[in-house]
Amino acid sequence: MLVGLVAGLLVFAFARCAGEPQVDRAIAFEAGAGQARDEAPEPEMVSRKIQRGIGLLTGVVVYGAALGGIFGLVFAYARGRLSVARPRVLAAWLAAIGFVTLVLAPSLKYPANPPAVGNPETIGVRTGAYFFLIAISILASTLAVKVGRRLSGTFGTWYATLLAALFYVLVVGLCGHFLPTMDEVPANFPASLLWKFRIASWETQAVLWGSLGLLFGWLTERAEGMATTHAKG
Amino acid sequence: MAQSAAGSIAQPVTVLVIPLRDWMPWALFGGLLMLLLIYFVGAEQGATSLLQGRAVHEFVHDSRHLLGFPCH
Repeated sequence: MLVGLVAGLLVFAFARCAGEPQVDRAIAFEAGAGQARDEAPEPEMVSRKIQRGIGLLTGVVVYGAALGGIFGLVFAYARGRLSVARPRVLAAWLAAIGFVTLVLAPSLKYPANPPAVGNPETIGVRTGAYFFLIAISILASTLAVKVGRRLSGTFGTWYATLLAALFYVLVVGLCGHFLPTMDEVPANFPASLLWKFRIASWETQAVLWGSLGLLFGWLTERAEGMATTHAKG
Repeated sequence: MAQSAAGSIAQPVTVLVIPLRDWMPWALFGGLLMLLLIYFVGAEQGATSLLQGRAVHEFVHDSRHLLGFPCH
């Protein structure tokens, strides 16, 4: 039992260490495309262009690695507790929930803004409200999972999941409604550019979460397969 | 004998549940570290500053925008 425990921990450690470089490579791919779109609104200071290339890479890689670490921790907790499904199914579900909780829901209220949008004087309020909404979103989805599990005995998995999702939408929608609305887009800012930037931001996050969930599941299954083979041999 | 017989049929998958006591230190330490990293990418030298200047802000500027954090 103890050996199994240590093996389990190693499995997760392995998946975390090995999964992240893959994820980071996928991010670096996406970063190039996003940067091209990002450069348009702020053409001044060419000298910073190279630094931005590396800076963007660093920022996204650090962010991806940190998310991957937290994802591994959540996965280690959820494994066998929330679901006994195959690791890759669980990882994909967790990534989907993570994307909705941390990206989709907050960005519906506070969408990503390209450079040149936003009043520097309100950065404090905006940052505070943004992180507050994310905190609410995390809390709501955690509660929703708990509610869903409790209801699944009475209503069955399908309806319990629907009810949990409804619960999440209601809580976040209601809280979001009372948070201050921020609209600081300059009047002459091209609408298509704003649209493209926000879509690019979503795409970046989708790539990050998608590859995180799929690669994590795949590596965990592979590592567990190897662990079983070693244990038998 | 019983074991070899059991080995030939498909066994139900046993899922190893990591006890909370083992999980907690990892979660606390790792979680804090990861949150600190995200803070540096997402918010340092924006709304709040631990370090002087704007170097961190400018360096991760583009990723901050693209990942959807509020930025200047």
